[in-house]
Amino acid sequence: MPLRRYAPVMCAAAMVVLIQVALSTTGNPYYMTQITMSAFYAMVVVGLCLLMGYAGQASLGHAGFFAIGGYVSAVLCTVNLLPYRDAAVLSALRSLGLLHIWKDIYGAEILSFVPWAAFVAVLILAAVIALLIGLPVIRLKGHYMAMATLGFGLIVYRIVIGTPLFGQADGISNVPPFPVGFGLQINGRAAFRVENYYIAWAVLLGMMVLSIHLVHSRIGRALRSIHENEEAAHSLGIDTYRYKLATFVLSAVFAAIGGAMMTHYNGSIGPSEATVMKSVRYVVIVAVGGMANLWGAMLMGVVLNFLSLRGVFGTFDDAVFAIILIVIMLYAPDGLLRMPPIHKWKTLLTRRSRE
Amino acid sequence: MDQSSQIVQYILSGLSNGAIYALIGFGFAIIYNATGIINFAQGEFLIVGAMTAVSLARVVPLPVAIALAVLITALLGGLVELIFIRRVREASVLRLIVITIGISIVMREAMLHIWDEKVRALPFFTGTDVSTISILGAHISPQALWVLGVCAVIVTGLTLFYRYTLMGRAMRACADDRMAARLCGINARWMVTLSFMLSAGIGAMAGCVISPLTQTQYDMGAPLAIKGFTVAILGGLGNSFAAVAAGLLLGLLEAFTVSQFASAYKEAVSIVVLLLILVFRPSGLFTRSDIGNLRAH
Repeated sequence: MPLRRYAPVMCAAAMVVLIQVALSTTGNPYYMTQITMSAFYAMVVVGLCLLMGYAGQASLGHAGFFAIGGYVSAVLCTVNLLPYRDAAVLSALRSLGLLHIWKDIYGAEILSFVPWAAFVAVLILAAVIALLIGLPVIRLKGHYMAMATLGFGLIVYRIVIGTPLFGQADGISNVPPFPVGFGLQINGRAAFRVENYYIAWAVLLGMMVLSIHLVHSRIGRALRSIHENEEAAHSLGIDTYRYKLATFVLSAVFAAIGGAMMTHYNGSIGPSEATVMKSVRYVVIVAVGGMANLWGAMLMGVVLNFLSLRGVFGTFDDAVFAIILIVIMLYAPDGLLRMPPIHKWKTLLTRRSRE
Repeated sequence: MDQSSQIVQYILSGLSNGAIYALIGFGFAIIYNATGIINFAQGEFLIVGAMTAVSLARVVPLPVAIALAVLITALLGGLVELIFIRRVREASVLRLIVITIGISIVMREAMLHIWDEKVRALPFFTGTDVSTISILGAHISPQALWVLGVCAVIVTGLTLFYRYTLMGRAMRACADDRMAARLCGINARWMVTLSFMLSAGIGAMAGCVISPLTQTQYDMGAPLAIKGFTVAILGGLGNSFAAVAAGLLLGLLEAFTVSQFASAYKEAVSIVVLLLILVFRPSGLFTRSDIGNLRAH
C-alpha cells in the first residue's frame, strides 16, 4: 500500500486531534458531542458512498439499516429477561457470559444481553437482512432499486412505529453505555466526551481505511468497471451481481454499526432515525461530497450533520438538504469538492440539453 | 351486518382506494413514457392539489375551487419540468432520481410552511360525512362513488385523448421514438412539459376527490406514491386498463388485509406486493414478459 494512500488518513487523524485540542482549550467542549454524533452518521455515509459512487446503486433505505443497528442493540441491552432467568436457554447464555445483571437508573435489576453480545448480533442481523433484501433488489435497475429500497425503509419505519417491543412512537431509552474494552466505553455523559470523540473517529477512520483498501483492490476495480460500463464489465467475466451485493451488505453493516454506537452514546433511539427523510439525507450527503469520493462524502457527512445538529437550519432543516441536493445535482453532479472552474460556470448556467 | 354484506363493504372501500392508486399510477406512467423518469414527487402533486382546493373552497364554490386547484397544480408540474428536468434530460438515472426526490422534499417542506401540519379535508361533494348509500346491504359514503366515477371519467378521457387527438398522438409519438417524432415536426420538449402538466393535473384531481374520505396532511405524499408506483409497475407502466385493474386489485388486497390484521400492516401490503412484482414479474402482471427490460441483466 503506497504511502500517499495513507497520507490523507494521517492528515485526517491530525485534524481530529487539532480540533479536539482547539475545542478543549477555547472552552467549547460541547461541540465535541455534536461532532461525535456527526461521526456516527458519517459511518452510514461512507458505506453509502461505496454503494452509490462505486457500485452505482442508489439506496433510499439506509436509515432503515441505521435503525436496525440502533434498535437491535437497544432491545437486547434493555429487555428484562429476569422473569425467565431459570429457562435452560438463558442459563446457557449466562454461562457463556452473554447475559448480565445490571441496575437501571431507578435501581431496578435487569437481566439483559451484554453490549458486546448485542453488538455482534447487530452485525450478523444487519448483514443477513441486507443479504435477503439485496438478493432480489440488487438485480433491479436505477429507478426500481431506488423505489424498492425506499419501500424497505418505509417497512422498517412502520414496524418500529407499530411494535410495542420497539417502544412505538416513544422509542427505547435507558440504553446502557457500551464498554468497548481497554477501559473505554461509549457513553454520552460529559465526563466521557473526549474519550467518545476519539472512539467515534477511530471507528470512522477505520471504516475509511477499509473502504480505501476496497476501492483500490480487485473488488474496487471491478466495481468501477461496473459503474463505467456494466455490459462491458459483464462480458469480461466480472460477476457484477455478486460485487454489487457484497457492497450493499457492507454498506448496510457500516450503517448498523453507526446506529448501534449512536444508540449507546445517546442512551436512546427513536423512530425519527428510521424515517425516509433520514435516508434521503444520507443520499444528499454522498451527492454533495461527490458520488465516488470517499473523503468528500466523509467530510460532508460530518460537516452537514454537525450544522444540522447545531440547529443552524432551523425549521428549514429538511428543505435546506433538499435544496442543496437539487442545486448540486443540477450544477455540480461530481460534488462540491469537484466543482467546475469559475469560467465554466457561465456556460453551465445557460446550458440546455442538446436533443 | 351479516358476513356477505361485510364482504361487499370491504370490496367497495377497496375499490374506491384502488381507483385512487390507479390514478397515481397513471401519473407515473405518463411521465415515464415521455421521459423515462420515475417522478418521485408524484405523491406530492396529490397533496398540493387537495390543499390548494381546501384553501380555495373558502372563497369560491367547491367545483370552481377544484378546477382551479387542478389547473394550479398542472402549472406547477409544468414549472417543475421547465426549471429542473429540462436541464438534465441526458443525465444518468441516478442523478434524475435524486433530483425528483429533492423536488418532492422541497414541495413537502413548502406545504408544511404554507399549510402547517394540521389535517385538513375538502367537504363531501354530495351529502355529509354521515350520509350513506346502501348497496347489497353494505353502507358506503357517496364520496366513494364519486371516486370511482372520477377515475372512470379520467381513464376514458385519457384513452380518447391519447388515441384520437392530435396532441395525444404527438405525445405518444414522442414516447415511442423521440427522434422520429421531431423529424415529423413535433416539438418534443413541449410534449415533455405537457406530460408533466397532465400528470400533475391528474394527481391534483385524485387528491381532491379522495380528500373528504382520507383527509389530507402535508406528508401523506410518499406512502401514496409508493402505492401508485406499485400499481404502475403491476400494470406494466403505460398500459392504462392494466393500471386500473392493478389499482383495484391492490385496493382490494389492502381492504382485506385491514379486515384480517392490524391496520399498521396496511402500508406493508403494497410494499411487499411491490417487492414481489419487481422480483418476479418486473414487466407487470398483464403484459408479456418480453418487455422485462428493467432488470440489470
